[in-house]
Amino acid sequence: MSSSTLAPPSTVAAVSVDTAAGVDLAEIAARIREHVVDMCAGPEGGHVGGSMSLVEILATLYFRVMLVDPRFPASPDRDVLLLSKGHGGIALYATLAEAGFFPAERLAGYGTPGSPLMAHPNTAVPGVEMPTGSLGHGLALGIGYALAARLDESDRRTFVIMGDGELQEGSVWESASVAAAQRLDNLVAVVDRNGLQITGGTHEVNDLEPLADRWRAFGWRVFEVDGHDVDALTDALTTEPENGRPTVVLARTVKGKGLPMVENQIRSHYAKLGGRAHRLARAALREGRSS
Amino acid sequence: MTAPVKVRSSREVYRDVLVEVLADDERAICLDTDTGLFAGVDFGAAARRYVNIGIAEHTVMGAAAGLAKEGRVPFVNTMAAFAASRAIEAVKIDIAYNNLPVRIAATHSGVSAGHLGPTHHALEDLAAMRVLPNMTVVVAADAATTESLLRQALSLPGPVYLRLGRNATPDLPAGPPVRLGEAQVLRQGTDVVLAACGAYPVLSAIEAADLLAAEGVEATVLHVHTVKPLDTATLAAAAGFTGAVVTVEEHWAAGGFGSAVAEALTELMPVRVHRLALPDEFVGVSGSQRFLLDRAGVTAAAIAERAKRSMRGKIR
Repeated sequence: MSSSTLAPPSTVAAVSVDTAAGVDLAEIAARIREHVVDMCAGPEGGHVGGSMSLVEILATLYFRVMLVDPRFPASPDRDVLLLSKGHGGIALYATLAEAGFFPAERLAGYGTPGSPLMAHPNTAVPGVEMPTGSLGHGLALGIGYALAARLDESDRRTFVIMGDGELQEGSVWESASVAAAQRLDNLVAVVDRNGLQITGGTHEVNDLEPLADRWRAFGWRVFEVDGHDVDALTDALTTEPENGRPTVVLARTVKGKGLPMVENQIRSHYAKLGGRAHRLARAALREGRSS
Repeated sequence: MTAPVKVRSSREVYRDVLVEVLADDERAICLDTDTGLFAGVDFGAAARRYVNIGIAEHTVMGAAAGLAKEGRVPFVNTMAAFAASRAIEAVKIDIAYNNLPVRIAATHSGVSAGHLGPTHHALEDLAAMRVLPNMTVVVAADAATTESLLRQALSLPGPVYLRLGRNATPDLPAGPPVRLGEAQVLRQGTDVVLAACGAYPVLSAIEAADLLAAEGVEATVLHVHTVKPLDTATLAAAAGFTGAVVTVEEHWAAGGFGSAVAEALTELMPVRVHRLALPDEFVGVSGSQRFLLDRAGVTAAAIAERAKRSMRGKIR
């Protein structure tokens, strides 16, 4: 079925990038981190902390879990990723570039006047499904995608990545309730549980705990994993759907992961990495790769 | 005024057409929000494409966007107040920003919710919706125009806001065919233009034209059902011909239909524009739609009075 908003669907089945290339996820994650740091050294800076915490989640999804085909981003067979925490946009751009949706050289345009590579994703960027950034929208969008897959009698799945601070938006819980009521077991939410928001810890600002119990009470199946352990993420994200229950993966992460100078600090939320800071950040990443 | 025989309400017409649309078009899907306007059985074989999301207006707009992105054509049923205020960010970002073919059917618009009160009145929805890029804004005035405009809107590639009432209102008199995006000329006159949108505003404008005719004043009456895109050509031509315009609407004065007309004419054909709308206050008393409009001064007598005032103040 075609629509006015999509390119004509391809007849080519989407493929998992991983099965095609047998990639090294640690290497992919390291490259994504380098792209993120480089983009934050651009003219506008970027959301470095919440992008670095996302890296393994995105790498695992795009290179091991999801069926996607960079040549046909709108393939009807594809699995769908919605980055509800749109401020992780640069990590998504870097992942899409590494996955082959567009050349990595284009990342250098991030934040330059006239570039579609803005702080928050939009559909002018190949591979981006929906524009996001205002928090609390992605899960509702995911419900729409999941309902469409059900109507199409398709096995494709929809993954929605949310921030933990984002869960303070009431619309998230409105949608969580609807997803369970509609028995959308083809919908998977991933929470980037880095524990920090702009003004402090989530536990200080508006505590989310007991978070797993909250999701269970809303009718969801819950997995709790280390969000930087790609094997644990893979296990959780590839578990067979449970009949009638949507799944949420609570991924414990570190904001600013890979940059010891800002790791787990609220100042990592947004940074403009000037010359020296950029060099130090790249050095820290090299250090991390060799250790 | 003497009301003709009551017919189906605009929301009943919408329901009947939608049942037909879902039967005919596999892409169409109805998302309901516990309105009670529909039940799954209404759709027969298409019942699986009726989804009652529940009382979750923000979620329903996002879900509609996701479905539309995947090639479906969602029809979202809710009340105008909830579409235009509670869920407006989802409409703005998820639907309008993506230019997706979502049809928002908004019942209980204006003060048609009557004694349900200001929580359920929608006197801001035209302002909220018409400012959004990509959005088409259509106001139904009776059963026949609702059906015609809805059918014409089915093929639009982008989002549509369809403003519906609650209870049945009298039929408009026969006129030229209703065409989406074009003002319907119900009457031609040389002295003043009465441009109206919505059921009672149009009926009152017709009645006002009769009152004016009795005093020798010839009014053009325009039924402007499409607020966006606005038929500025017809409005500017009529304004240029008569030199005076009165707008009538069931909406607050700020930002609504009259404002849209005034904005356009300021650039194209500067004439005196009198905007008759609800005053800048919440309508906090019980009463029927008709009673509340009378109380707010949206009446044929008030339209005629403004028309005469506007003619005295002509600037061209």
